[in-house]
Amino acid sequence: MFQILNDDGKIVNEEDVPDLSDEQLKELMRRMVYTRVLDQRSIALNRQGRLGFYAPTAGQEASQLGSQFALEQEDFLLPGYRDVPQLIWQGLPLYQAFLFSRGHFHGNQMPEGVHAVSPQIIIGAQYVQAAGVALGMKKRGKKNVAVTYTGDGGTSQGDFYEGINFAGAYKAPAIFFVQNNRFAISVPVEKQTNAKTLAQKAVAAGIEGIQVDGMDVLAVYAATKHARERAINGEGPMLIETLTYRYGPHTMAGDDPTRYRTEDLDNEWEKKDPLVRYRKYLESKNLWSEEEENKVIDQAKEEIKQAIKQADQYPKQKVTDLMANMYEELPYNLQEQMEEYKEKESK
Amino acid sequence: MAQMTMIQAITDALRTELKNDENVLVFGEDVGKNGGVFRATEGLQAEFGEERVFDTPLAESGIGGLAIGLGLQGFRPVPEIQFFGFIYEVMDSISGQMARMRYRSGGVHHSPITVRAPFGGGVHTPELHADSLEGLVAQQPGLKVVIPSTPYDAKGLLIASIRDNDPVIFLEHMKLYRSFRGEVPEEEYTIELGKADVKREGTDVTLIAYGAMVHACLKAADELAENGINAEVIDLRTVSPLDIETIIESVKKTNRVVVVQEAQRQAGVAANVVAEIQERAILHLEAPVLRVTAPDTVYAFSEAEEVWLPNHKDIVEKVNSVMNF
Repeated sequence: MFQILNDDGKIVNEEDVPDLSDEQLKELMRRMVYTRVLDQRSIALNRQGRLGFYAPTAGQEASQLGSQFALEQEDFLLPGYRDVPQLIWQGLPLYQAFLFSRGHFHGNQMPEGVHAVSPQIIIGAQYVQAAGVALGMKKRGKKNVAVTYTGDGGTSQGDFYEGINFAGAYKAPAIFFVQNNRFAISVPVEKQTNAKTLAQKAVAAGIEGIQVDGMDVLAVYAATKHARERAINGEGPMLIETLTYRYGPHTMAGDDPTRYRTEDLDNEWEKKDPLVRYRKYLESKNLWSEEEENKVIDQAKEEIKQAIKQADQYPKQKVTDLMANMYEELPYNLQEQMEEYKEKESK
Repeated sequence: MAQMTMIQAITDALRTELKNDENVLVFGEDVGKNGGVFRATEGLQAEFGEERVFDTPLAESGIGGLAIGLGLQGFRPVPEIQFFGFIYEVMDSISGQMARMRYRSGGVHHSPITVRAPFGGGVHTPELHADSLEGLVAQQPGLKVVIPSTPYDAKGLLIASIRDNDPVIFLEHMKLYRSFRGEVPEEEYTIELGKADVKREGTDVTLIAYGAMVHACLKAADELAENGINAEVIDLRTVSPLDIETIIESVKKTNRVVVVQEAQRQAGVAANVVAEIQERAILHLEAPVLRVTAPDTVYAFSEAEEVWLPNHKDIVEKVNSVMNF
């Protein structure tokens, strides 16, 4: 397992410490704290019925944000349903992320300059599409990568294998993440496969694979940076397994992790909390203080409040909106139905 | 005008669009150097290079995903699924993904993809090559489904499909690939999607068909004419969306209809055509709208195709029931 910071926030791998400025190191911490707050608030807002579909992210900050931090604006993101934070840090406004959660098409309308598709619900589909995006970039001669994420359970899908194999066969610039949080809803990773690591699945595609401490933001960043450089230099895709954990349930739709997870396991992983260890590291370098952390927390809470307000104020969807987004030119059946619903909506 | 088989017309359409638009990419299993298992892409890689016409690993779902991803990078993908029976492997990419791309992104992204695939019976293919599965994709909002029956239609419809900025499923009946030649203009032309074609004008009964069944209907119409029944034959050409105007206009003229498909009765699109007619023209009907279809079994073992596939005799018989209702 590739690691740079241990659980105590000590550098254990001097050689691979990424070249980040003090300001960048602090920015990483701000983003992780912000995203932890976002998770707590999202769970609360979901319970109040002010958000809809929500897949908790606490515990995965290093894995999600350390990887996104290594990307360029022109890189293309194909997230899974738990990967909303990466989209937000890539530039999706918070209120749109909330509209995605609620089920409003505007939440999926990526703003100009945010190169991404909305979170994929079909596990594995983002993998085969990433191979296509990456091949497209290669054909265009772009120095960019397609980046996609799935979970441990997702590695059992056919599209997972097809995606990495296609990207390998075309030597396409793709980075495939497997965020192994040990559970696919209630099913432990041991029931997905007899393979000892998920990173070794890269061997089947003949591509490079690496297993990274997914609670170590510096290791995730360094691995992603490495994969990105290889990819844009024409050396093909890479599979990165991040060993991580979700502290919360699978989703907020009634999943209860106490049915399938032991308290011991939860405690074991809480000791590895990416925020705790990175905070220790930054404090040892005199780069972080409680005051700074509180500032981030307050800022996050305030922005979340504003974003929810903005989501509330966004116009409600009409059937005619849904129809208008189906085709460039409406076929006869939708033209007819459009008239019908225009009439209904005018009453 | 040149005399072409349908497969030549398809190759000609692909060549035309590869030439016209540098974003057009043709890919699939064996479509490159080999020129396709039916020679539909013969010579295209040699002419346009491996960057434009290329082979893929053997995985239909991957091909679908590849097309979607390339579409997101501004390309105009024309992937091939070797036989439409293999669509089950790529059902998510087609119906679950590319069909929904424009809608789910609120119009930010789209999938200008044309999926070509051969299908259709009568040539003794092995299992799951000939199945008519157009009914499955016709039920998916966001797709258009095109099925030509002549070389002329194939070229104009394929060019229009490739130029369409939304996903089109373009199904090519294997029996029609080389069974006859037809006049095809050498220059480029398009046929509007969603427009049916009256292949034979008539006054007594309307036969609505698509694919190989168009020719079965024409043959049946000749036979019926000998008995004084003047049948009009409508070739749907696009099975989703349907050309309601052409259908209803004909029904109002003939007042009797038979819908003909090669697919099983519980499949295909015939039931949809019948429903549209009864909603829109019931007062013009002298008899119920009847269907000619295959029986509701799994597609026939190849030696049983002859007794299983619907043919012109089944059509004549059904027309007689409608005439004598």
